Order: sequence, then C-alpha cells, then structure tokens
Amino acid sequence: MTTIETRIPGWVPFKSSVRGAGDFFLFYLRFVKEVFKRPFEWREFLFQCYKMGNKSLPLVLITAFIMGLVLTLQTRPSLVNFGAEALLPGMVSVSVIKEIGPVITAVICAGKIGSRIGAELGSMKVTEQIDAMEVSAINPFRYLVVTRILAATIMLPLLVVFADTISILSSDLAYNSHGDMSLSRYFTAALSKLDWVDIIPSFIKSIFFGMAIGAIGCYKGFTVEGGTASVGTAANSSVVTASLAIFFIDMITVQITDIL
Amino acid sequence: MVVRIKGLSKTFRENQILKSVDLEIHKAENVVVLGKSGSGKSTIIKCMVGLTEPDEGEICIFGKDMADIDYEELNRCRTRIGFLFQGGALYDSMSVYENLAFPLRHHKKELGKEKSDELIREVLENVGLPDAGEMMPAELSGGMSKRIGLARTLILKPEIMLYDEPTTGLDTATAKEISQLILNMQRKYKISSLIITHDISCAKMTADRVVILKDGTIVTEGTYEEVEKSDDEWIKSFFS
Repeated sequence: MTTIETRIPGWVPFKSSVRGAGDFFLFYLRFVKEVFKRPFEWREFLFQCYKMGNKSLPLVLITAFIMGLVLTLQTRPSLVNFGAEALLPGMVSVSVIKEIGPVITAVICAGKIGSRIGAELGSMKVTEQIDAMEVSAINPFRYLVVTRILAATIMLPLLVVFADTISILSSDLAYNSHGDMSLSRYFTAALSKLDWVDIIPSFIKSIFFGMAIGAIGCYKGFTVEGGTASVGTAANSSVVTASLAIFFIDMITVQITDIL
Repeated sequence: MVVRIKGLSKTFRENQILKSVDLEIHKAENVVVLGKSGSGKSTIIKCMVGLTEPDEGEICIFGKDMADIDYEELNRCRTRIGFLFQGGALYDSMSVYENLAFPLRHHKKELGKEKSDELIREVLENVGLPDAGEMMPAELSGGMSKRIGLARTLILKPEIMLYDEPTTGLDTATAKEISQLILNMQRKYKISSLIITHDISCAKMTADRVVILKDGTIVTEGTYEEVEKSDDEWIKSFFS
C-alpha cells in the first residue's frame, strides 16, 4: 500500500469507485458507438422488449395499484381537515405522474430487470458463452448489451404509463370508499390539474431511468470476473447501483425542471 | 501451412505464461499440444482467435497476420475457425436447435429455413445426437454438451478447429467417443486441428503431431511414437 492509502481512511474504496465510474463511462461510450453500427439485432431487441415488458408488468401494476390506494387514503384526512377534499384527485395525479409513478416503477424495475440482466450476462461470462459468441464472429456487445439497454430505455416509460393509469384508477377506488364520485368525473378532476410541463419532464426522466437500469445491469454482468459467486455479486450490485442512479437522476432532473 | 505462430509470448500479472512459442499447423493436420495445467496451452488458442492479445510474437492464419487486421477482417477469419470450449459453452437460454441455428442466422442468411434445418439435422447426425434438437443445454450430459458444442462449430464448415481440453471432465468411454468424433470430423471435412489437452489417450488417438509445452516453452515435438520414446524424465512422466 502506498503512503496515501495508509494515511487516508477510505482512500482505497474511493479510488476503486472512481476507477469503476471511469470504466462504466467507457462502457457506455462503446454502447453509443455500437448502437449506430449495422447489422442491428432486431430479433433479440424485440425479444428483450417483450421479456422486460411482459415479465415486469404484473409487478409494476400491483405496486402501482397499492401506491395509488395508499397515497389517497393517507392524504385524504389532511385535506379534509383543510376543507380541500376536492383537490384530492388533482393532488394524487400530479404526485403520481410527476414523481411517484416514474421513481417507484423504476426502482421496481431496477430489481426485476436490472438483476436479471446482471445475472444473465454474468452467468454467460463465467461459462464462456460470451467468448463463444465472440469467436463465432458475432459481436456479443452488439447482440447482448446494445439490445438490452435500448429495450430497457424504451420499455420503462411504457411501464410508467401503465403504472400511472392504474395508480389513478386505484386512487378513485380509495376515494369512493368514503366519497361518491364516478370514475369519469374522478379522471376529469385528476387530469384537469395536469399540464404538459408535468408530463413531459416525467416522461423524459423515465427514459433516463430505463437507460440507467439497462446500462448498469449490462456493465455489471458483462465485466464479471471469477466464478459463480461473482455472478450473484453482479446481480446484487446491478440493483443497488441502478437504484442509487435513479434517485441521483431524479434529483438532477428536478433541479433542471425547477430552473426551466 | 494454414497457421504459423512465431515468438508468441504472453504474461499475466507478472507470470510469463508463454515464452517465445513457435508452432505451425499444416492443412488437414491434427496437432496436439500436451502440457500440465497452467503451462499456457489454452492461452495459445485464445491468442489465435483474438480472445487474448499476445504481448509479443506473430500469429499468421490463412496468410494473414492477426495483429495487422481490423475487427471486421478478424471476424471474417473467425468464420473459418471453429473453437470448442472446455465446457461446450452452449447458450443456455436457447435450445440445441436454436444454438445450431444461431451462427447460421448470422452468417448464412441466404440459406433459408429449409436448407438451415437440413444442415442442422446433418451435424446432429454427425455427432450422434439426431434427436437432441428440442433439448435445453441444462438437460444435456457433459459428453452431450461437448458433442453439441462441436456440432455448433462444425455447422459453418470451418477450415481450422481449435479444441480446448475436449475430453476433460468426461469418463473414459465418453472421452474415447469424443476423440473418435474429432478424428472422424477431421477426416470427413479435411479440417486442420489444434487440440489442447492433458489427456494422453486423446493425444494418442487423434495426433498427427504432438507438441509438449512446459512452463510456456515447447520442449519437444514429433509424432506420438517419437515423443513417447523420449529419454527426458519429465516427458516420460506424461506417458507413464
């Protein structure tokens, strides 16, 4: 160990993190380069879109349903105290569409999609399947990484749309446990408080969330070294790092939206 | 001569794995590289296909210096080289049929489904597993995985085959079957082969020429019979 490593506590993990961030940046640059090269692996891309969307949808919908229900039931008493019960549909829709929908959906997908990608690619790496693809003159980066990152980038905003819709529906159910408002009236009240400045940044944010989940999962899996234990580490690390990245991206996009 | 390796050297983390290795492979020749674990055998074939970059030396395959070609040219060379990994390295999310169709879909798109299916049936027959198409890799035994791995490399009709420990982990009978299969394929398709192994029986069955590697250096080469008669005690230990 060098002098600086022994004198400064935490220096070694800090240096390791910076090196990891640099490696990830180079990995992402390679993705940007490869995504425009031909041939594009359409079959694998569409299959990954189907897998990510289809496998994640039930969990996303259940979570979104609970989210809308809980948010409404928790917020209602406070609004009633202020005599502002009528604002509940609008408050729920703005909260869900601007923040809770994209973030909660992304965190769920970081676990579902991110861990799957990390484990899958990590397992392929340790069993030489990626090497086998390379020596059979099929670009494994293009086939495995580019398709998965693009699929996650596209599917997450779609999942968020489904999640937001279900949340507002479940909010109506929760509202009508105490009140009496038709679904169409509830939706009208909910959507009337929304503007394009609420929807567009949220949609853009969810694109970046998807990209982060796909890129981090692929990076962790593709760069696995060692045996099967490291596959588990890659899967776990994909989830943790992607979740942190989601909150970090959220913080940045909120600042940008606030300035604009 | 289809492969010429000259002065190949490679170091991993201060360990010099290969030290100025010279090797040639001629057309339709089976060369077996024998050596103990860690002697650098697998590194030679990984350098040949560009999975590992050598530190020094020249590798010429089909008359092309592998260090002087770009990625596209390297991939064109790779379609003429088959590589059988130690564990078969089958894509475990795909069935046997899909594993075999995968390289055809990428490199022989012009064949169409019917011709591709015919080729798949042919290679499965050649490796003795005509009914394995619908099976998943997890359902295959070690010997079956190696056979399907071999089928997947043969389907593109390579001119050179590289075998990384083809009989490791197999029982004696299955190892003998794999060795016989290697020999049959070489004779049928006139393939030049480089077989990395520490299995003496496999070497005896398949080798036209044996090269013995010790600590990253070639210590002797010749026919199996010539090498077996060596006076060197270390070399004799392989055959005892």
